[in-house]
Amino acid sequence: MRSPAAPHESRAAWIFAGPALALIALFFVLPLLAGFVLSLTDFDVYAIGSPGVARFVGLGNYLKTLESRDFWNALRNTLYFVVVGAPISLLVSLGAAMLLSARLVRFKSVFRTIYFAPVVTTIVAVAVVWRYLYHPHYGLLNYLLGLVGLGPVDWLGDPHWAMPAIILLSVWKNFGYNMLIFVAGLQSIPDELYEAAEVDGAGPWSRFRHVTLPGLAPTFLFVGVTVMIGYFQLFVEPYVMTQGGPLRSTTSVVLLMYEQGFRWWRMGAASAIAFILLAITLAGTLVQMRLQRARR
Amino acid sequence: MSVAGSRARPIRSVALHAALFVGAIGTLTPLLWMVGASLMKAGEANQLPPRLFPKDPTLEQYVALFTRLDLARHFFNSVIITVAATMLSILINAMAGYAFGKLHFRGRDRIFGTLLGALVVPAQVGMLPLFLLLREMGLVNTYMGALVPYLASVLGIFLVRQYVMSVPDELIHAARVDGAGEFRIFWTLILPVIRPILATLATFVFLSAWNDFMWPLIILSDSAKYTLPVALANLAGEHVQDVELMMAGSVLTILPVMIVFLVFQRAYVRGIMAGGVKG
Repeated sequence: MRSPAAPHESRAAWIFAGPALALIALFFVLPLLAGFVLSLTDFDVYAIGSPGVARFVGLGNYLKTLESRDFWNALRNTLYFVVVGAPISLLVSLGAAMLLSARLVRFKSVFRTIYFAPVVTTIVAVAVVWRYLYHPHYGLLNYLLGLVGLGPVDWLGDPHWAMPAIILLSVWKNFGYNMLIFVAGLQSIPDELYEAAEVDGAGPWSRFRHVTLPGLAPTFLFVGVTVMIGYFQLFVEPYVMTQGGPLRSTTSVVLLMYEQGFRWWRMGAASAIAFILLAITLAGTLVQMRLQRARR
Repeated sequence: MSVAGSRARPIRSVALHAALFVGAIGTLTPLLWMVGASLMKAGEANQLPPRLFPKDPTLEQYVALFTRLDLARHFFNSVIITVAATMLSILINAMAGYAFGKLHFRGRDRIFGTLLGALVVPAQVGMLPLFLLLREMGLVNTYMGALVPYLASVLGIFLVRQYVMSVPDELIHAARVDGAGEFRIFWTLILPVIRPILATLATFVFLSAWNDFMWPLIILSDSAKYTLPVALANLAGEHVQDVELMMAGSVLTILPVMIVFLVFQRAYVRGIMAGGVKG
């Protein structure tokens, strides 16, 4: 059906797509390739002024990174954030989406807007706000916990609680986004399936289990992958709220990369961390795609 | 069934609305507290029990933001970078999205597939060399350097492409038969038709450029050039005790994006649905 490209059309296409492709090539692809080369060198603060002094060190940065306790600590913290935070975030998103999609609910758009509001807020600003909500003495959260006889918790000062505090903030900030995607996914499930299940005598749980969940499978794959990629990039919350502390319990991989690269100007070492992060993200994406395919 | 159903219905309805209401309160409380505390006198937010609303609302914190802290400068920096990024990215991505959606050229689908694959690469991976590259180009500490990452976006191209594909080919063919050039077709035929998705794209870029932190933190080293979020993060470190002042700064940072979101909500939500359902 498709007609062969007329020469003038093809020329116009390249002119239209050209600026975007050139920008992506220059500011995304080139840095990606250069970053890999950089990760194989000992580029440091001295090389900033005269790049010629940087030497090729092969996989040295990778080996050093994989031997450093700081890296494993950062990776452990990041995995904690991803493995605990992402599923909680998804469950809250799905729960909110199901509530919003219930047929009896009125003022849907009002609730939807409210739930979505944190998504559009500036993460730096809400991190500043939550730092005060988490204040051990005057913070609203400890006050509310105190009303039911719990706490007080030194949220950001206790190495055991700092990461849960960051997870709570992230779930609050992010759940509205995937809630919308789940709402769209729920809408795409035909009503007849629910009606048929009801005729067969399926209760609410059984309908959820055998109609809703399978119907949402494609949504789960998309949301699972994007949330995981996003959560691996944890940076602003620890940067603003804890500076990676206490006792480096909230230092994430990206925060470590930032410190190495832009505080100590160890660009080679920082690039190696960046590429290890990329490898982990890609591996996580592949695993998710496999799992989801196997389940289907 | 019908009798039991009609009796269960009001109870279910009340339970659903109660759950939604509690969720809404929980979601809004941090933002309400932020606004309330920003209108308090210094020290008022540090008392027990915590107050959600000020005793006598005052704008003194906001006055201090603009007099003592010179946040107007950073607000202005953010506005320039965000508005320029939004306008440029609409133009660049609309053109590219049209080319990928409607024009035929060799390698089109392969290039597009490669672009989509790039979506899984975290932006931070290329940031160090990008900084070095912009340093060579003399763009460190410039507005131009700050808006580079937002100019061309794969997601933007994708959104426009999906939308433009629904424009009937006959429309474009007819224009060509009438002798319209490719640029005339784009400007006078395509752009007006795809305006809804451009609103979506504009909202996306505006929000992400305004809210972004890591890139402006890296590329803007001179504090006079800081965007609002970078300035706020900096101030929050120095003024830990000034709760009310920092809340006013947070309100100032969040308010513009909140307004843009509320005005363009439909366009924005459409974009999320399009990206989520088809992506």
